[in-house]
Amino acid sequence: MSEEHYLELCDSPVQFENASSVNNVFFDEANKQVFAVRSGGATGVVVKGPDDKNSIAFRMEDKGEVKCIKFSYENKILAVQRSPKSVDFINFMPDLPHSEFSQECKTKNATVLGFCWTSWNEIVFITDQGVEFYQVLPDKRSLKLLKSHSINVNWYVYCPETSVILLSTTVQGNVLQPFAFKCGTMSKMSKFEIELPVVTKPAKIILSERDIAVATIYGQLYVMYLKHHSRTGNNPGAEVVLYHLQREGACKRSHILKLNTTGKFALNVVDNLVIVHHQSSQTSFMFDIKMKDTDSNLNIHQPVLPARSIHPYKIALTGPAAVGSQTPVPCELYSSTWSVFQPDIIISASEGYLWYLQVKLKPVVSLLQDKSKLMEFLLRRRDCKMVILSVCSQMLSRGDKGSLPVVAIVFDKLNQVYKEYLEAEQSYTMAVECGPSRGSTAHKRPVRTQAVIDQSDMYTHVLSLFTERKDVSHKFIIAVLMEYIRSLNQFQITVQHYLYELVIKTLVQHNLLYMLHQFLQYHVLSDSKPLACLLLSLESTYPPAHQLSLDMLKRLSTANDEIVEVLLSKQQVLGALRFIRSVGGHDNISARKFLDAARQTKDQMLFYTIFRFFEQRNQRLRGSPNFTPGEHCEEHVAYFKQAFGEQAFIKPVTL
Amino acid sequence: MISPRMATGMQEKQYTPSLLNFFIYNPKFGPREGEEEKKILFYHPSDVEKNEKIRNVGLCEAIVQFTRTFCPSKPAKSLHTQKNRQFFFEPEENFWIVMVLCMFILNYICAEFIDTVYGAVLQQCYSMYKLFNGTFARAMEAGGVELLTQKLEKFFYRYLQTLHLQSCDLLDVFGGISFFPLDKMTYLKIQSFVNRVEESLSLIKYTAFLYNDQLIWSGLEQDDMRILYKYLTTSLFPRHSEPESIHFLVDVTMEMMILVILCLCFKRFLTGPSNLKDPEAKFRFPKIFVNTDDSYEELHLIVYKAMSAAVCFMISASEELGREFCEQLDGLVGPQLTLLASDICEQYNINRRVSGPDKEPQFKFIYFNHMNLAEKSTIHMRKTASVSLTSVHPDLMKILGDIHADFVRVDEDEEIIVKAMTDYWVVGKKSDQRELYVILNQKNANLIEVNEEVKRLCATQFNNIFFLD
Repeated sequence: MSEEHYLELCDSPVQFENASSVNNVFFDEANKQVFAVRSGGATGVVVKGPDDKNSIAFRMEDKGEVKCIKFSYENKILAVQRSPKSVDFINFMPDLPHSEFSQECKTKNATVLGFCWTSWNEIVFITDQGVEFYQVLPDKRSLKLLKSHSINVNWYVYCPETSVILLSTTVQGNVLQPFAFKCGTMSKMSKFEIELPVVTKPAKIILSERDIAVATIYGQLYVMYLKHHSRTGNNPGAEVVLYHLQREGACKRSHILKLNTTGKFALNVVDNLVIVHHQSSQTSFMFDIKMKDTDSNLNIHQPVLPARSIHPYKIALTGPAAVGSQTPVPCELYSSTWSVFQPDIIISASEGYLWYLQVKLKPVVSLLQDKSKLMEFLLRRRDCKMVILSVCSQMLSRGDKGSLPVVAIVFDKLNQVYKEYLEAEQSYTMAVECGPSRGSTAHKRPVRTQAVIDQSDMYTHVLSLFTERKDVSHKFIIAVLMEYIRSLNQFQITVQHYLYELVIKTLVQHNLLYMLHQFLQYHVLSDSKPLACLLLSLESTYPPAHQLSLDMLKRLSTANDEIVEVLLSKQQVLGALRFIRSVGGHDNISARKFLDAARQTKDQMLFYTIFRFFEQRNQRLRGSPNFTPGEHCEEHVAYFKQAFGEQAFIKPVTL
Repeated sequence: MISPRMATGMQEKQYTPSLLNFFIYNPKFGPREGEEEKKILFYHPSDVEKNEKIRNVGLCEAIVQFTRTFCPSKPAKSLHTQKNRQFFFEPEENFWIVMVLCMFILNYICAEFIDTVYGAVLQQCYSMYKLFNGTFARAMEAGGVELLTQKLEKFFYRYLQTLHLQSCDLLDVFGGISFFPLDKMTYLKIQSFVNRVEESLSLIKYTAFLYNDQLIWSGLEQDDMRILYKYLTTSLFPRHSEPESIHFLVDVTMEMMILVILCLCFKRFLTGPSNLKDPEAKFRFPKIFVNTDDSYEELHLIVYKAMSAAVCFMISASEELGREFCEQLDGLVGPQLTLLASDICEQYNINRRVSGPDKEPQFKFIYFNHMNLAEKSTIHMRKTASVSLTSVHPDLMKILGDIHADFVRVDEDEEIIVKAMTDYWVVGKKSDQRELYVILNQKNANLIEVNEEVKRLCATQFNNIFFLD
């Protein structure tokens, strides 16, 4: 059963002092830092970030209850909100004075709802009457207003990844106004309306910020709306509606995730998957918006897998309460004290833990039976390589009846991704070779994700082991290899030599040489020198391999020397000479090599002919029929003289 | 330009051979006097008087015995008399097949070649018998002389009628296989198809795939495929031929093509049930014997055709094949094969368009590779059930035969150029295991020009193989 939990909390959570009457805990989504503020900061503030092992600890004056506390990027400036009107700042840069300075919101009678850092020194105040965008000047201990916008605001949501702030406006709160911030500029994006389920009593805020989250999924920004249906309607349950938020143009409703149940939900996004936690059933749903459900074109999605709970988690009790008992105790999952933040953070303030939610791919393999869907799903995940390779191995080892079509589909899916990467890589290389292009943006080297499973991955982790298996029929092994080669060819990917070698090895092992012959006849195994040599080595077991090899060398047209060697080794001296002459290489060949071969045939006339040929070549090239010492032919000259007599030599032409 | 003409009608009288006798005997079966008749296992024509049969068989036996003293390893192959030729063949120990042809030959040049051709025809008779009946020895084991004579009678009675002795030529000697030229991708698709079918219908032991009567894939070993191919292309396919040929689709539009393909989609069994829907349908398939030297397998032969693609599925004869299996096969193979066939057709047409319209070239050729049995001929028209048509004068065919006979005698690579009396040049080339015969119609060309022309031909038509020049 434990293998069914496809979600888990990370092994090394961020631990902090749990919230209590004297200790307030704040979380900053931008820097993913947890602030533990004791007694308004007077007895200490401890900041713990996601990766930094060293927490930051400092004290600040207790000037009232802290409502919100956040560092700017790289912990340069700390902003603290203690009053509904102003925000206080403390420099954390080493060379600047440490004392606080404050900024009141510009709009009269406005209340500051909160603030967000958009860079190391730029900050946005969100008030109930609009937004104010400031630049902090730490050396001058003051702020400069860059831009502001007046609008009635109920609440706001900030997405630090994209620096987009969503403001809830209008009476019902369902008209959302996004603003984007970048390098000192503030741009208003087109506003959009969230379709509410029922309009009961107007003039009342219906859309709550708890039901809205913003996250990037597959590189696109989405506003996720948890839509609770009234139980009375014939709607089966709640759903998550995704609105695609684009820089330009209107925000469109793009996906609907069906939950088919009701209750309290929370949203996370992990590895581009939308995770919906359902508190009452203590389970989570997983959605992949790229997974197409065949039955609809409206982008209505059902959960990828049946709902499961997060993998049980144990926490080791430390501190005074746990002295003596070191045994970890199970942690209460889906606790009502949990807070969920985007994209993948779960915080238990009462226990003092911050976890990252993670997706485990292994359990998915057994839960998702449809191999084609499974492969698509895995290819979109971050750490997918080893899981994909193990799925391939597993799929081949079973050798179920009718599994070849599935194997084919899986190979095609892998190679599709592989091909896309190769193409991107190729166009990058070409662009780089062409030099920096004018006007256009700098070329970015394509990122090789784990989903790129190349031939060497397949060879090392799947195919080479698979062909060694004794419990699988050789027919199936060959069929699988051919299927992989077919798939590579279909995507016009050059097949690597070691795959051909594997095919040949398997065919030879099972004495299927006529099959090999046919493959070569149709050039299924592409020509190469190593392949030709491999074939040559098969000649003793399969004589036609000789012809196949020679043909291949001929087609390569860069292997003339090899052809000569092959022919000479077969004592076809005249044939070798005629061949090299036909390709125009006869002026550069070693006379000694040919004369050696001719002597070995013990054919006197053949030796005579070959000797005469080289005498004539010498005459033509150097004006004398004699061999030069560098040619090392003395032995053959002597033999020629002994066999045919002095008068048989060509007479040097005297001018 | 060479005008195509029928070889049959125009042939000189003396070259028209006819079958006089065809008999099979085993000298061990009636060694004593008075029991000679027992030696005879089959005799054609059957209405010959008993004593004459015995006399003829005895004569052959004596010749073979007598000549054996000269060369024990190579027994006599043929006997020439003024009026006829006798061909001897011992396919299995002590079993002799003898074919006697009546032919008057004035022109002695081609004597040797005629031996080669009809010797090959005789061997083919045995191979074909063996394909459908297994070896003589196995029949003897199973049911003694009685069963063997029954089998021989049943097979050769019909088979001898289909021998077209007058149109036998060099191609019969080669007994080659014509391969369908195909690009790698389509070939891999066919591989994939074959593998899938064999995987889901695991009864299938071997598969062979043909298109346009040309081989693309054989799961059988070469020698078995060679004779099966012969059977398919000269007997089974011609019997089922119909104006279905896809050739006329070359230049029609895509829509029309789809339309025609839909109309012609009758995929069906060429062996076994003619109509699956027929409740009376019989599910009996011909049985063939392969790998007779070692594993000796008896198989059902299912030939299934969709458009121009034909697939042979071979299943162990011990399996019972019924309606259920055939429907399963039909359901699985039918749609895929139709799709594949139209794929191949499309590819084929693209290639034809790329290579340009077929202009009548200045030469015709026959190519044969002993290694993969690949043959290619631009001399022969499509083979029909009855005769093979050639587009050149029989005299030229005879010259080709003589050149071949020369090649057989010598081990080394060689090239022979002949100027025929009719102003044609005939060139024979042998390189390693390949033979190429070219007929050039260039009256005024000299030897050097002919040599150059052949070189050019090799460079264009055979540039992807290694031909010693």
